[in-house]
Amino acid sequence: MELGGITEYGLFFLSFVGIYALLSLGLNLQWGLTGQFNIGIAGFFAVGAYTSAILTTAPSPHHLGGFGMPLVVGLILAMVLAGLVAVLVGLLTVRLRTDYLAIATIGIAEIIRLMLKNEEWLTNGVRGIPGIPRPFAETLGQSDAVFLLVVVVLILIVYLALEAARRSPWGRVLRAIRENEDGVRAAGKDIERFRLEAFVVGSMIMGLGGALFAHFVGFISPEAFTPEFATFLVWVMLIAGGSGNNKGAVLGALIIWLVWTGTEFLTSMAPPEYVTQAGALRLLMIGILVQVILLVRPDGLLPEETAERK
Amino acid sequence: MTDLLQLLVFGIVFGSILTLGAIGVSLIFGILRFAHFAHGDMMTVGAYFALIFVAQIGWPIYLALPAAMIGAALLAILIDQTVYRRLRRTAPVILLISSFGMALLLRAAVQLIWGTDNQVYQPGINVPYVVFDIRIKPDHLVIVGASVILVFAFHLFLKMTRMGKAMRAMSDNVDLARVSGIDSERVVIWTWVIGGALAAAAGVLLALDTRLNPQLGWNVLLPVFAATIVGGIGRVYGAIAGGMFIGIATELSTAVILPAYKPAVAFTLMVLVLILRPRGLVRGMN
Repeated sequence: MELGGITEYGLFFLSFVGIYALLSLGLNLQWGLTGQFNIGIAGFFAVGAYTSAILTTAPSPHHLGGFGMPLVVGLILAMVLAGLVAVLVGLLTVRLRTDYLAIATIGIAEIIRLMLKNEEWLTNGVRGIPGIPRPFAETLGQSDAVFLLVVVVLILIVYLALEAARRSPWGRVLRAIRENEDGVRAAGKDIERFRLEAFVVGSMIMGLGGALFAHFVGFISPEAFTPEFATFLVWVMLIAGGSGNNKGAVLGALIIWLVWTGTEFLTSMAPPEYVTQAGALRLLMIGILVQVILLVRPDGLLPEETAERK
Repeated sequence: MTDLLQLLVFGIVFGSILTLGAIGVSLIFGILRFAHFAHGDMMTVGAYFALIFVAQIGWPIYLALPAAMIGAALLAILIDQTVYRRLRRTAPVILLISSFGMALLLRAAVQLIWGTDNQVYQPGINVPYVVFDIRIKPDHLVIVGASVILVFAFHLFLKMTRMGKAMRAMSDNVDLARVSGIDSERVVIWTWVIGGALAAAAGVLLALDTRLNPQLGWNVLLPVFAATIVGGIGRVYGAIAGGMFIGIATELSTAVILPAYKPAVAFTLMVLVLILRPRGLVRGMN
């Protein structure tokens, strides 16, 4: 591969890392800080992607929308809609133990996926939505470098905001809830409200990640929002990087995406007739990897910073 | 009216399958305190185990079913001893993550070994009996019959054996059970034997009703959880009521809603029960 090709691949690779880093940061707020078990990441990711896609694409007879709105409107409303779905899920489950939240989130994610497939007036069904514009495509062109820059800026904003939140009294309450719910309740805090806030904000970040994904690949269909790719990989990233640590969330996204594309490289050497098996083999390897991490290094590469370790 | 009765028949068939899955989920939750997300894929693996005996050795389904149950029970013990056992000392929620990963691992393994195409145990048409305009396939009778026998056998096990008694004790109060001298590790092993075996049975019967494919069990995981929760999580007898309720309700709903939304109907019912009776119809655990 010549130098230009390598740079191009690098930009493409890092753009995906960036999108996953956002998902992982959102999950870190929910799971890492607050101890909320969301395994419906795919749902919030999809809501974000479809919202922004429908709002910003040109009119089409095949699905709702084609409003041709500016990209920034798409991104903001993607976050708002993902947040609204999260409010619904949160209100239903906030009083129940985390197993129920897990079941509720996976339920919502599956229902969203069923809707994407079956509500053709809205989403064009399995044929998907094409022609989703890139950021600044008209002024700066379709370059991956421009996109990566946008993603990096957004990650920085999200990262700094989350770090500020983590150190704030609000973040301390979240961690306290995770560690000792009854104690926090005894201190007079409204646990349900804090939980709901963390869950909604985390889901909004996932919605933003979804919108960026749609604008990056330019075409979305229900296939992109399966629990394997949109939920499970994010969990592996956060656990590998170190849950509770925002730096860990970003690092995990980088490393696991490297591993994941690495397995693609390995399995691409297999003969073409084994292509479906190769996909399964990659999932199998990641599935084994997560068990090994949980057994050997449950705190991840960058464990959460605590008062004693400082 | 005939249409509704026909759907009721489908509902009883689906409910019998869900019941077998929900008993396992409820039992595992009662004793190990976590929602087992790999249960659907355990069903899938069980269904494919039976395919080995049917397609390779030529056994009839009533022999392949128990064989698959034994295979899945062994697999469940293997998974528990290699992974879950080591995580049990940490928070139960780590087991939740691990089981979610295990779900994907099992599904990937099934795809790798058996491919992604739809398969059936026996090709050919299952000619239905027609009773008062209602069509009942012979396979439907096999499914309901097998389910009734297995649930009854499980009931006898719980009530008549020492191990069954120990399980009920641990499900009620782990600490109290331990201090009264119950070997909790043995109870855990038996939990996986029963959970795995019943999951395999559910998978085989579901594959008999539909077709084998790697998504088989994952697609019904949500209805299985719904049945468990509606029945009161951790309450195995509630799982029977929950399974039948969800099975019948989702099939009846297809009279007015797209069949593709069946999991959504199960989920909605589950949410309603959670709002109205947070501990399930039969009082379950916190």
